[in-house]
Amino acid sequence: MKRLILALCVIAAPVFAVQPDEILDDPALEARARDISSGLRCLVCRNENIDASNAELARDLRLLVRERLVAGDTNEETVAYIVDRYGEYVLLSPKTTGANLLLWFAGPIMFGAGLIMAGVYLRRRATAPEPEIARLSADEEARLRDILRD
Amino acid sequence: MITELGHFALILACLVAVLQSIVPLIGAHKRWPGWMALAEPAATAQFLLTAAAFAALTYAFVTSDFSVRLVTLNSHTDKPMLYKITGVWGNHEGSMLLWVLIVALFGAAVAWFGANLPPTLKARVLAVQGMIGVAFFLFILLTSNPFLRMAVPPFNGQDLNPLLQDPGLAFHPPFLYLGYVGLSMTFSFAVAALIEGRVDAAWGRWVRPWTLAAWIFLTIGIGLGSWWAYYELGWGGFWFWDPVENASFMPWLIAAALLHSAIVVEKREALKSWTILLAIIAFGFSMVGAFITRSGVLTSVHAFATDPERGVFLLGILAIFMMGALTLFALRAGAMQAKGVFSMVSRESVLVLNNILLAVSCFVVFVGTIWPLVAEMAFGRKLSVGAPFFDAAFSPFMLALGLILPVGAMMPWKRAKLGRIVRPLVPVFVLALAVGALAWAMQSGRSSLGPIGLFLAAWLMMGAAVDLWSRTGRGQGRLARLTRLPRADWGKAVAHAGFGVTIAGVAAMMAWQLEDIRVMREGDTADIAGYTLRLDSVEELEGPNFLSTTAHFTLMREGSVVGTMHPEKRVYPVAQMPTTEAALDNGFLRDIYIAVGDPQEGGGWAVRSYYKPLANWIWGGSILMALGGFLSLSDRRFRVAAGARKVPQGVPAE
Repeated sequence: MKRLILALCVIAAPVFAVQPDEILDDPALEARARDISSGLRCLVCRNENIDASNAELARDLRLLVRERLVAGDTNEETVAYIVDRYGEYVLLSPKTTGANLLLWFAGPIMFGAGLIMAGVYLRRRATAPEPEIARLSADEEARLRDILRD
Repeated sequence: MITELGHFALILACLVAVLQSIVPLIGAHKRWPGWMALAEPAATAQFLLTAAAFAALTYAFVTSDFSVRLVTLNSHTDKPMLYKITGVWGNHEGSMLLWVLIVALFGAAVAWFGANLPPTLKARVLAVQGMIGVAFFLFILLTSNPFLRMAVPPFNGQDLNPLLQDPGLAFHPPFLYLGYVGLSMTFSFAVAALIEGRVDAAWGRWVRPWTLAAWIFLTIGIGLGSWWAYYELGWGGFWFWDPVENASFMPWLIAAALLHSAIVVEKREALKSWTILLAIIAFGFSMVGAFITRSGVLTSVHAFATDPERGVFLLGILAIFMMGALTLFALRAGAMQAKGVFSMVSRESVLVLNNILLAVSCFVVFVGTIWPLVAEMAFGRKLSVGAPFFDAAFSPFMLALGLILPVGAMMPWKRAKLGRIVRPLVPVFVLALAVGALAWAMQSGRSSLGPIGLFLAAWLMMGAAVDLWSRTGRGQGRLARLTRLPRADWGKAVAHAGFGVTIAGVAAMMAWQLEDIRVMREGDTADIAGYTLRLDSVEELEGPNFLSTTAHFTLMREGSVVGTMHPEKRVYPVAQMPTTEAALDNGFLRDIYIAVGDPQEGGGWAVRSYYKPLANWIWGGSILMALGGFLSLSDRRFRVAAGARKVPQGVPAE
């Protein structure tokens, strides 16, 4: 079933994302609607936001966003309204709560760890004694003679 | 018949690969020259047999032999010849065949051009490459045979996915695979060095050209894919942080890190174990990419031929190679002693920082890509991780990388005086800040993205120029010396400047693009960013295998005509798929972009037009980065290292 929906999403697509008739008259409100739309996922598509998606469902969501904005909701209220109905899955930018903190802080933590390890390594390199020059093995001596003969 | 011969050649190639992965390895261990030498003819034979199999499949596509299942599913007699050929790799089975062809090609290249490699290392490298070959040959033969026949051949085929019938996308996979699989070569070198128990400057020099080549191909492949998305998807997006895009981006980031750390191994004999680890991980990410595209674990716009059985097989290959290599690494890492001594302020240290930034940014992409899976399995949360996350979490590391790059590029080896390095860069830094401030003053919004991007771009480009100029020494004749600098120096400057150019394009496009969506009838005009678009007419046309609704626009500025544009909407009846063919008016500083949509109920067509500042800089920068790579690759030092026999240069001057 899921595969069928995905297929329909591509084949029966009306080839267009935001349609001219969806656009609100108030440019400020429309700009807010676009801003919100780009952070919401089209549920039947693959990793597309509703602003760029061609699917019918994305269109419904776009209209819903605009409806809420016209009704006087703030951006946060509009997003909360949609998340209440469609779940966390619609958010392209995951919430910064609970386990998701791991996701958000993975980069900074790793960067910190990398810097510490690099610091230790670099300190060691800075104070290391100059190495001795390694001797060639018998095989290598033979190969060296071979190369020098050329 | 030819199809069966192709199948047979593929099986033979697999057997040769089995030989290639066992005999030379034993030979290298026992120091038996004959057994080691087997690797070379085996690599050549493996390549020729795979090429024969690939040629057989290509022949089936070119002659539209619909008794072959793959051809029926992905071709059609009306399809233009170019797309009949590219259709060979426009599907799962064929693309895997291309993949092993490139694995074999790289192995054969080592056999042909690796004359100056020590015999044991060469035998081991080829043996490891043979093992990779075996794994993927078995994958094809057991789960994805491209040579299957149809019991009842149909009269015509089902056509290739129309989105793939496009020059940009036709050549996107081969380049990407050259890059992915090129990293198998660095992997083989790393594993061979671990078996050998020895990593030295010479190893760094041998492995670098392969890494560089892989990185160049990845750059071109990713650039082509992004360019295609830009003009084909109808709204001019160029990067979606889609799992499959990330799958190609992660090896690119790691390859970039590897490229730089291999320099430290070559010049200073330090960072050895880290470089080996990067080489292993880089190919690991290539295979993760193959797994993500073909298993269907992560839904994505690109996922094709998703099949759990294949996914499990690929995961098995990934696990065996990664666990094997990492175990070997754990056993042998202790033996790799760093030799070079250097202070905290030195080129070595900056390259370490470069590696941390690139590796961590790759890690961020990786975590973001798999987080939906982790969250669902471990915490029971169904969630999405999309562009807003990556923009916020990834960009800071690129910003830091861009900031330190021009300083780091000029840093000398061993120890440096920061003051002396920074001095020639101060005027450039001030100038770059001025560029950013100017952008800030001229823009209408209050977004900091555009100004920061332009500042960074100017800093990188001018920094690269200063770096190049500083290499010409002092006094007279600096300009003449500039032209005689080693190509590697030019390559470095060009690639670093290219990075800046791409940043400028990305930042400008994200910060300042303008959009206009409206219904237009014939004769209507629309204004965008000082340009006027007039819809002159709309007509229905017929292509070789599609129907097209073509709109004709005139682009005008201040009353004078700039050009005409012809966006299309196509329907491919056989594949039952519509596509948008946007029209572009390319310019150095901006693109005008029009896409035409559906006819509206009250008459007229939905039309989207965009003003995209510096759009071409994104791909211009990618081209520059790839060009920089090519320049470095063509440097004399590599060519000598790559085994070119020295020609006697007459009598030495006494």
